[in-house]
Order: sequence, then C-alpha cells, then structure tokens
Amino acid sequence: MSTNVKEVLFNPVFNENPIALQILGICSALAVTSSLKVSFVMCIALTVVCAFSNLFVSLIRNHIPGSIRIIVQMTIIASLVIVVDQVLKAVAYDTSKQLSVFVGLIITNCIVMGRAEAFAMKNPPGASFLDGIGNGLGYSVILLVLAFIRELFGAGKLFGFEIFTVVNNGGWYVPNGMLLLPPSAFFLIGLFIWALRAWKKDQAEAPDFKIAPNSSEGETA
Amino acid sequence: MASNDSTSKTIIVALALCIVCSVFVSSAAVMLRPAQQANKDLDRKTNILAAAGMLKDGVSIEEQFASIKTRAVDMATGKFTDAVDVATYDQRKASKDPAMSDELGDADVAKIGRRAKYSVVYVIENDSGIDKVILPIKGYGLWSTLYGFVALESDLNTVAGLGFYEHAETPGLGGEVDNPNWKAQWIGKKSYDTDNQQALTVLKGSVDNSRPEAIHQIDGLSGATLTAKGVDNLIKFWMGKDGFAPFLANLRSGEA
Repeated sequence: MSTNVKEVLFNPVFNENPIALQILGICSALAVTSSLKVSFVMCIALTVVCAFSNLFVSLIRNHIPGSIRIIVQMTIIASLVIVVDQVLKAVAYDTSKQLSVFVGLIITNCIVMGRAEAFAMKNPPGASFLDGIGNGLGYSVILLVLAFIRELFGAGKLFGFEIFTVVNNGGWYVPNGMLLLPPSAFFLIGLFIWALRAWKKDQAEAPDFKIAPNSSEGETA
Repeated sequence: MASNDSTSKTIIVALALCIVCSVFVSSAAVMLRPAQQANKDLDRKTNILAAAGMLKDGVSIEEQFASIKTRAVDMATGKFTDAVDVATYDQRKASKDPAMSDELGDADVAKIGRRAKYSVVYVIENDSGIDKVILPIKGYGLWSTLYGFVALESDLNTVAGLGFYEHAETPGLGGEVDNPNWKAQWIGKKSYDTDNQQALTVLKGSVDNSRPEAIHQIDGLSGATLTAKGVDNLIKFWMGKDGFAPFLANLRSGEA
C-alpha cells in the first residue's frame, strides 16, 4: 500500500508529468509564470482544485450517468474554482489581483478535467485525492522552475526581492524583457521537456511518421 | 434501482449536483464578502495614500486615511457637489452608465470612451486650507486601462505623487509604470505653465534638465513607448479642460 501511495503521489511529478509528458495545462503555465509569488499561489490553487475535484468525482463516480459525466465533472470543478477564487480575494488580495482571470481559467485547465476523467472515474476516493495532489505537484514543479528562471533573468528578482540590481535602478544587470513575455515560457517548457526526456528515455515518443529521403535525381528527371 | 443511464436517474443526479454546488458556492461567496470588501477598501485607500506620498509603515491605513476628506465633483461645472453620496458612489460603474456619464467623442485623448458626470476627489486639509488634493485618473496604455491617482500640492499645480493601482501592462516593460524610481520623477513637476495651460508631459527618451520646460517633463519608459504615450495622454486629458482643470481653477479661486 505504501509503495502504491508513493507511486500515485510522485509518479506525476517526473514520470508522468502533466505538462511535460501529457502536454496539458500549458496555457496557464505560459501566463502566470512571470513572477514566483504569483506562480506559487497558482500552484496551490490548482493543486487544491485538482485534489478535491478528484475526491468528489470519485465519491459519486458510481452514480454519475455516462451521458452527462463530463458536465458533472465540470460543475464540480467550476464550483471548487469559484470558491478558491473567492478565498483568494479574501485572504491574498494582491496576488489574486495579479492572477486575475487565470484562477477562473483553472476550470478549463486540462489537467483537472483530464485527471477527473482518466483517474477519479475509475478509482476510489483516497487514491483519487492523492492523484490530484500528485498532478498538482507535477504542475507546480514546472511552474516554479519556469517562474524562477523568468523572474530571475527577466526582472532580476525572486519573490519580488532584488537579486540582480537592474540597470533601471542603477545596477549592472540588463534584464531580458523577452523572458517576461509569455512566449519565453514556451521555449523554456520545450527545453524542460527535452531535458526530461533525455534523462528518462522511455518518455520520448516514437515518431508518428518517417520523413522519406529526398527523391533521387533519376526519379524527378 | 434504475440503471445509471436511465432518464430519471440522469435528471435526479443533475438536479442534486446543481443544488449542492450552488449552495456550496453561494455560501462561500456570502461568507467571504465582508473580508473581500475590506480588502478592496484597504487596497484603494493604500493606493490613494501612496499616490499622495503619505503612506507610512507601521501606522494603520484607516488611521492614516482619517485625515482625508472624500468629496464629489461635478465635472461639468468643476464644483463640489452633493448630488451623489461618496460612500456608495461607484465611479467606475457610473462611467459606463449612459445616464451617469458623457460621451467624450473627439476630446477623448485618454481613450476612455465615457467620462462619469461626477468624480470622487480626495482633499487633505491643514490649518491654512488645502494641503493636498488627490485626483483619480485613468486611460488606455498598450494592453489595458490604467487606473491611478495623481496628488497635487496646495498650489494645485505641483505634483505631489502619482501611482497606478490597476493595469495589465507587460511586466518589466510597460509594467515599469510601477517602478518607484520612475514615479519619483513626478514629484515636484508642475502641471500648468505660467499661462495656466496644461503642460505636464511624458517624453520619449530622457528629460534634458538644462532646459526650462524640464519642470513639466517626465522621462519616457524604455521599451514601453506605447504605455508611456498612454500615461502622457491620460495626464493631458485629466489635467486638461475636459478633466480636472476647471475644478482646480475653481478651487484656486476659492469658488469650488
């Protein structure tokens, strides 16, 4: 049992990372990672939503009619997200202002729905809850790595504290403004996936098709 | 028991789920509302104090805010009015309401579309009269509308501070409007020239301090030309004749 728990909880971190292997939830990974603090809150929000949506979906899984199962999952997820958003507005107002619409967009985050559909519909509540936390952690790892790189080299800060004094404030560091823009996260995620798949070779996918060699001169002539 | 996929079971599950979820969501919203409202008020007051350069650490915001009087100004006449209750007046909502706002048309340099008929202003008084006036400003930058405050000294010309409390400009580029070093430049600049014309402007590039007009000029933001232009436009609008210029003139002559 204990190895099972460990597997459910930590497999999604590197072995089956929702962003790196399943390529889910990229949208918010691009949008909120320009500062560590905001990413951190986003990670907590997503992990909580993912864990509890898995729990509730799993609790009623034997009563969900197949014809409306997706909308049932959506309703549960949406309710949780609204509650999380309300809580953030009440306790972490500044951060929730920066996260703005992205907390609401957890509703459409593929990781949450993906896990509800793929895991919670088939497994008991305890395991589903852990799977939700595990996938939240997997998402968090990527977000925090991205945010660390983007905030440090894009703004010279970590958690809002100055690490490199930037030129605008009379220092030496010329920040890379590109890193603060969403596309940079794309490149970073790409590099992360590359590194991960070089480390864990079994994650590399077989090519969908083979590129045929150029036709020889004789054929084209 | 009917199978999970029967029509009656489907409807029952859907209904039950909706009821449970709606109770859950609405009770959370109702319970958390006071805390959220308090946060919002605190945030607004903090921004007003920060714009006025009066924000002190270690003193509660409410205490610091106690010396500030909230008044409403009729934008058409430039005089104080009691037509709206400042405690409940929502200026942002009013600026979208056709009955409570005016279409700006050609005068709309700040690209805000409509201007509320009444604007809330914050006045700080001392023994000899007005000490500072804090005016709400807003205008379009590159991606978003910037909302902020500009504070004026007792001469109603010298800028005492400027700050934005809500915008969605690019962090690190346009977002540098929040940079304390940039905001510090505004302090001491004059909004109106000797002919009482609006003159405060954000340049593209740096201010040449040897020139006499430098007193009206602010450095642009490198890498954020359009955001800086937006700030320039909104300052021109709100300090100009369609903004607070009539009110400030009235206040100066004691007729507000």
